[in-house]
Amino acid sequence: MKRGIRDGIPIFLGYLSVSFSFGIAAVGKALPVWSVILTSLTNVTSAGQLAGVSLIAIFAGVGELALTQLIINIRYALMSLSLSQHVDRSMTTGNRLICAFFMTDEIFALCRAQEKPVSNRYMMGVGLISVLGWGLGTTLGALAGGILPPSVCIALNPALYAMFIALVLPQAKKERAVLWVASISAGLHCVVRLAPVLRELSSGFALILCAVAAACVGAWLFPKKEA
Amino acid sequence: MTTTYLLSRIAVMALVTYLIRMLPFVLVRGKIENRFVRSFLYYIPYTVLAAMVLPDMLFATSYVWSALVGLVVAAVLALWGKKLITVALCACGSVYVAELILGLFL
Repeated sequence: MKRGIRDGIPIFLGYLSVSFSFGIAAVGKALPVWSVILTSLTNVTSAGQLAGVSLIAIFAGVGELALTQLIINIRYALMSLSLSQHVDRSMTTGNRLICAFFMTDEIFALCRAQEKPVSNRYMMGVGLISVLGWGLGTTLGALAGGILPPSVCIALNPALYAMFIALVLPQAKKERAVLWVASISAGLHCVVRLAPVLRELSSGFALILCAVAAACVGAWLFPKKEA
Repeated sequence: MTTTYLLSRIAVMALVTYLIRMLPFVLVRGKIENRFVRSFLYYIPYTVLAAMVLPDMLFATSYVWSALVGLVVAAVLALWGKKLITVALCACGSVYVAELILGLFL
């Protein structure tokens, strides 16, 4: 649990700044502060929540709301499937029911990139500290929106990205195949996000599209003997 | 916007999102044997992470240059085998300093 909390601190810091801007944006759509905080604490998604509160603000239908969440968040199903192959025996059904709630891009990647299968306690530690950051940032953003200087927020932004780098590069150094798939994925994502027409894709969808394509190339060219 | 309206819509969002995350995690218990699928599931976190860094990190700060400073600092410390938290805090610190310096000239 302690190790999970410690490893989760970069996620905490990153979430603090990301959810801060979500808080500001959601209150700007005339939603009451409590509902914005509740949304963050029960959903723990970024793109999904932002799309969700936008729909709630214009009184869109329930079906449209549910479908939008399904499309934006379907990537988590893939992550859950992947992580189901990398947990130890402490992950009982009851624990899985709880830990599944914490399946975000960042928490998934941190847990999956651990050398050994992760335990229930580790994932709980990462999850709790991360959701704390997500809720706290949202609350601050919703309450104090335009008051805090943006330099504070910007200084926290690199935390998440730096953590991602620290998860990929050491493994890429050890394993040529990881270097290849990571480079293909990042390169592809740059093209998709910056090229005309393609950049119209929703950001969550663009991300998973590139990640899946690169992982397929990896599985095809460098199949693991014992993955 | 009534409280009932808000609560019901937030519940719908939360439920859909939770089911997406929970079902595969709880239902898939055994080891998947297919080699392609296993390799795919092994590579997917690295491809997700790499795509989250680029190009987004470059636009997450006030200037592309300060983001590049953070990226280089993080990469060097990561290859050096430093802990996650050390890499993250040093990157934040270096970006903060870089932004102060760049702010003087730009």
